[in-house]
Amino acid sequence: MEENNKVVEKKKGMVLFKKGFKTEMLLVLILAILFIFFSIASPVFFKVDTLMKLLKQASIYGIIAIGMVYVITSSGIDLSVGSVVGLSGVIVSMAMTSGWGIVPATLIALVASALVGMFNGVLIFNANVPPFIATLSSMTIVRNMILLITGAKTISGLPEAFTGIASGSILGVPNLFLCWLAIILISLFISKKTIFGRNMYAYGSNKEAARLSGINTRMTVYGVYVYSAVLCGIAGILLTSRLGNGVPTSGDGYEVDAIAAAVVGGASMDGGVGSVIGTVLGATIMAMLRQGGTLLGINSFIMEIIISSLIAVAVIIDMLRKRGK
Amino acid sequence: MQTTGKPLIEMKHITKEFPGVKALSDVSIDIRPGEVHALVGENGAGKSTIIKILMGVYSKTSGDIYINGEKQDIKSPLHAQALGLGAVYQDVNLAQDLSVAENFFMGQLLTNKLGFVDHARMNKETRETLESIDVHVDPTAIIRTLSVAQQEMVTIGKIMHQNAKVVIFDEPTALLTNDETEQLFGIIDKLKKEGAGIIYISHRMEEIFNICDKATVLKDGTFVQTVNTKDTTEDELIAMMVGREVGNMYDIEHMTPGETVLKVDRISRGNAFRDVSFEVKKGEIFGMFGLVGSGRTEIVRSIFGADVKDCGTVTFLGKPADFTKPSQGIEASIALLPENRKEQGLALKLSVADNTNIVALHKISKAGIVSNKKGIAVAEEYCEKLKTKTPSVSQLVQNLSGGNQQKVVISKWLAQGSELFIFDEPTVGVDVGAKMEIYKLFESLIKEGKTLIIISSYLPEAMGLSDRLLVMYEGKQMGIIPRDEYDDEKILRLASGIEEKES
Repeated sequence: MEENNKVVEKKKGMVLFKKGFKTEMLLVLILAILFIFFSIASPVFFKVDTLMKLLKQASIYGIIAIGMVYVITSSGIDLSVGSVVGLSGVIVSMAMTSGWGIVPATLIALVASALVGMFNGVLIFNANVPPFIATLSSMTIVRNMILLITGAKTISGLPEAFTGIASGSILGVPNLFLCWLAIILISLFISKKTIFGRNMYAYGSNKEAARLSGINTRMTVYGVYVYSAVLCGIAGILLTSRLGNGVPTSGDGYEVDAIAAAVVGGASMDGGVGSVIGTVLGATIMAMLRQGGTLLGINSFIMEIIISSLIAVAVIIDMLRKRGK
Repeated sequence: MQTTGKPLIEMKHITKEFPGVKALSDVSIDIRPGEVHALVGENGAGKSTIIKILMGVYSKTSGDIYINGEKQDIKSPLHAQALGLGAVYQDVNLAQDLSVAENFFMGQLLTNKLGFVDHARMNKETRETLESIDVHVDPTAIIRTLSVAQQEMVTIGKIMHQNAKVVIFDEPTALLTNDETEQLFGIIDKLKKEGAGIIYISHRMEEIFNICDKATVLKDGTFVQTVNTKDTTEDELIAMMVGREVGNMYDIEHMTPGETVLKVDRISRGNAFRDVSFEVKKGEIFGMFGLVGSGRTEIVRSIFGADVKDCGTVTFLGKPADFTKPSQGIEASIALLPENRKEQGLALKLSVADNTNIVALHKISKAGIVSNKKGIAVAEEYCEKLKTKTPSVSQLVQNLSGGNQQKVVISKWLAQGSELFIFDEPTVGVDVGAKMEIYKLFESLIKEGKTLIIISSYLPEAMGLSDRLLVMYEGKQMGIIPRDEYDDEKILRLASGIEEKES
């Protein structure tokens, strides 16, 4: 009896843990199952409106998650993402309410975001502060700076041209999603095809080997943290446009979602492994769970518990797959 | 000798299959009390698979294991330990931030009447065990502060403290100096006299003939033969391992050295080395010999730019070459193949192709954009040239054997097209077959007019390959000896700091 059970177990394991069965394929499978399940369970799920809403929701989280997967691939972590989202949103709002145009306001918000990324990079590379600590500290510093400059007050009165960005669409495709798509394509290209991208993997896999191979480790570290921060800056601007106001607490807690999307997408916290596509799928799965859960009237606290458990489940699956090899 | 007793361990017809690979096929071995039994074979022959099955890391696919005559199914490392098996692995497995005694009692800390940890008793017992094998280490010392050799001795002590009846040594001397190796052999001898069974894995032939009674040869996961070491010779054993006769491995063609390419003038760095001067000529193989910690590695790291020297000057190809960053050394076309390839040479989680192009990424790129197609072509070219065994260039480097990993490290520098190649311990953990291929590669490099610096702790290799040999002792340059004056005794004396070379 026992022998038989073992054999069955092995066979069941085969598909999931077989070599060559990539994380991405598994995620597409999960996504398809969820999609079919929600379409059957809720009459309104499979409707253009709902799906567009889902894409919009996935987009902002998804943009941040892509920056996060870069950082994680380089064997770091960026806890400051949520604060940078807030910072960029508040700066773009303040600039516009004091009479700046949309373009210069956006640019100054992105520059401010990049500076936070640079600050992280300098702390981590030059001062040798562990990424967790460095970004934990910048997360708190930035968040309190936001509260200080705004007096913790929401900034309203943003021009309609700006608030229209997030609600608008081109040929029925939401602008938010188009932004995300552009960022996905650019990030995919950078990670796969540029020297910077390949160095990021090498550095994340083995820092000393990368240094001894002549890789510019300084630019790699600065690069990933600045890239992450700039993407957060973009996400912050889009979020502000969507909210219609500059909200000082916006972005709070986003680091959890971003890390979850990256890890669910197959990134290894040890560095060296991370996939833009996997992360995009991870972010979409999470958005779909939220959306579907809301439609089915599942208690939102329960929904958050489920989504957060995903991180642990993803890591467990990852460990099992490694052992399977 | 009491090697005739009943076997402590009998492994019968052991087979181990991984998905798609048969790692072991019908291998039988028995270990008797008071016997030192060598396990020899090339990398991938199945030595570590056997050890892992014995230690409960892997489960066997079929076959039986008897321990003290009783059939056992070893389920976990803990179970193996309970059955009296202990292993000393190449990379020490101790909690680096805990004390020696805490490591000894890990998982079974001693407590006093109140249920609190009894450090005094643990320290006392630890000291007793360590002193019984002549290891003088403070039980309260933190592992991190100990040398590699001390850590290894502590591991052995820990295993003895667990009353292991069978102790497995996996390449135990790889990181030890000569004196430390002697001390280790003393301990092994003591264990043997006490009736323990010992399994000994090493690539170093002279050690096997020095301390082992028997040797079991494995090849490609199959059992070849078990021989008494006194009835065989080194050449015979190697022939069994590789399946053919092997001549003198070090017999490579040397070039007539040309003009000076590297001039090192009175360089020093902290306590690592001081006042070192030498010149290396084009087409030469310049050897550097010394025990671990003698400063060899640190010298070449300073030349390459991985470390920054305090003073002195280096000239390479007629230009000043006082580098402070590896990228400067690389730009000047110097290649450094570091001592520890897993920690310093390779990005293990990346593919063969990624690793091959890690240095010369710019060569397969235009305007910062990498051509993956070219990268694969380059990697395939070098895999073929170096006979690297890998299913494809997209295979992750961590799945390759030691010898093939080393070939990937070499490939990345060949792809960069360096002039001076510095090899730091190029054949540690590399099997005989791959070793010979690497030596052949050295030959073809000097034929192409490249220059080589080779560091080795293994004297036959250092003497066999080099044209001249720089001997170091504790950071001090003891002498440079030309090939026609090679004398192993003299070199060993110099490396032990005994005699200064006159002239």
